[in-house]
Amino acid sequence: MSSTTELNMVEAITRGLGQLLEEDPDALLMGEDIGANGGVFRATAGLQERFGAERVVDTPLSEAGFVGAAIGMCLVGLHPVVEIQFDAFVYPAFEQLVSQAGRFRWRTSGAYGLPLVVRIPYGGGTRAPELHSDSPETLFSHMPGLRVVIPSDPLSGGELLLAAVRCGDPVIFLEPKRMYRRGRQAVPTRFAAGDLDHAVVVRPGDDLTVVAYGAMLEVARGAADRLQQEGVSTRVLDLRSLYPLDRESLLAAAEETGRVLVVHEAARHCGIGAEVAALLQEEVADALLAPTLRVTGMDMPFPLSQNEDDALPSVARVLAAAHAMLEY
Amino acid sequence: MEGARTILGRPAPEMVTALREWSRELALELFSAMAGLRAFDERAVILQRQGRIGTYPTFYGEEAVQAASVRALQSRDWLFPTYRQTAVVTLRGCPPLVPLLMWRGHPGGWHDVMEYRVAPICVPVATNFPHAVGSAWGAKLRHLKLVALAYGGDGSTSAGDFHEACNLAAVMGAPVIFLITNNQWAISTPVSKQTKVRRVADKAAGYGMPGVRVDAFDVFACYQVVREAAARARAGGGPTLIEAIGYRLGPHGTADEPSLYRDQAADRLWEPMEPLRRTQLALVAAGLASAAELDQIRADAVEGLRAIGDAVEATSPVTIEEIAATVHRETPWGLLPDRLREPSWTDRSGDPG
Repeated sequence: MSSTTELNMVEAITRGLGQLLEEDPDALLMGEDIGANGGVFRATAGLQERFGAERVVDTPLSEAGFVGAAIGMCLVGLHPVVEIQFDAFVYPAFEQLVSQAGRFRWRTSGAYGLPLVVRIPYGGGTRAPELHSDSPETLFSHMPGLRVVIPSDPLSGGELLLAAVRCGDPVIFLEPKRMYRRGRQAVPTRFAAGDLDHAVVVRPGDDLTVVAYGAMLEVARGAADRLQQEGVSTRVLDLRSLYPLDRESLLAAAEETGRVLVVHEAARHCGIGAEVAALLQEEVADALLAPTLRVTGMDMPFPLSQNEDDALPSVARVLAAAHAMLEY
Repeated sequence: MEGARTILGRPAPEMVTALREWSRELALELFSAMAGLRAFDERAVILQRQGRIGTYPTFYGEEAVQAASVRALQSRDWLFPTYRQTAVVTLRGCPPLVPLLMWRGHPGGWHDVMEYRVAPICVPVATNFPHAVGSAWGAKLRHLKLVALAYGGDGSTSAGDFHEACNLAAVMGAPVIFLITNNQWAISTPVSKQTKVRRVADKAAGYGMPGVRVDAFDVFACYQVVREAAARARAGGGPTLIEAIGYRLGPHGTADEPSLYRDQAADRLWEPMEPLRRTQLALVAAGLASAAELDQIRADAVEGLRAIGDAVEATSPVTIEEIAATVHRETPWGLLPDRLREPSWTDRSGDPG
């Protein structure tokens, strides 16, 4: 039995990265200010001291350059884990990720994949400046050849990170930064690699399913608590993988609860909610007792901090949507 | 043209003098590599005209710098070509059928990148530079004594990835060579509208790395310059920017019409620089080979590819289901055969012509 410790999410990710560097001699971390500084969120705190500057590498300020370089590193047998400092800072690297990384296995007729993980602290709710609160998951879910994974708590943070490094294809690993220090959870001293393929029912329920991921799990749970008080049994499904989606879990939610509500803080247009709603419509329309509603961010730049709560889904908004569906 | 060592139409005396130091074997190896590239390029243009392959970016006139770059490196070194260096992989032993299938739009055109240590061709120019830096830097971290070489043109040096790659390479001391063939045209944009530096090689100073210039039409000079850069890189001396100065003797590609944007008379002034003939003249003048044996090498290269169009056409198509299974290690459910398409997918009757 391995012992457990209470860690918050960012500490769990630090532990997962340390475990990776211990277990995999070909793994290395790279990014801006991740060495002595330990990263702006301290996700790599102490790792350069433990593993040296050649395995925990401070890069020049050049997202396209070092994400592109990470692709090249894979060709000589390394397993790079790249940190993007803040969500919107990934945009300069977008071309390298979608024109290059996601296409590499296809360009080799399936023979060779890139064991590349790009970690991105993402999302709002931290009162940060402009372009520090974006939710870019749809962009990467839409573009071929990438996997998109989002943990929601300390345990899934460590477990999914290790699974991402081993999965053999490029993974966009979005870390909900609002959850980094949002409470502790017992995690093992050594993580097992998690399951990248399946969503997790984090709360059982029969009347309604709230589908969420990342920081929105907390909102979904809050809404489920309130609905419980009203006598509504609410299932909460943590998606975890945005590409590919866990089709079976979504179809089961529709068939077993009849109502599926999707919550995300990313913009609504062409968001994950639209994809989930379309999937249910195409495959299990007859099982639906109400239309699938979405509680999402807005189709506008994520607001500056004074107004960010207006854009973030809230328990009250989820409740309102749930009531509309229950009364449909 | 500063840096070019030639008298138009005749081998420069320096080229012939320098050749006296060369072994016949190596000189002929370079000539053969150039002849192979030329035969490939000419055959590809013919196949395009015949409608057997699609649009094709000819590299006519770049045979010297391309052949030299491959032969100056070791087989363990990595190459990062663009669409202009389609055939360098054949100099690493890949059958020419493979890159021709690429231009036919057939997935058989994806060569084995690990076997040849040649990355897939990069279509957006300059995006290959960071890859080369990463593989070189990664090799250094792993204590592998290998070098990476990335190709680009004058236009690529205006792109952001060029800057980030050069800077990263220099900071990390990556054993990488940026081989820029300045052919003076990026489709219709002349180099004068691409950059305000007089020499592309001068850009190296901005990154703290050596920048050297060489005549892109002189295979022997190109070979030496790449050798020197590779030796410096292997010894821990970091990256080098090479500017190979040439001229795009042909169009950008088979769909391009240069008369729309450049002076055909000026083009004709450059034609005597055509490197295969120029190399042949130099080899003969230096007494390293006879014109007849060099003609034979060229003829053999052409003959070897004469029937390849039939092989291109005879290659069985690949189904979309097979292609969908190459995108991920574990194919996602949406790409599995039973979900990929409706039964009527292949029925094209009733489509607009």
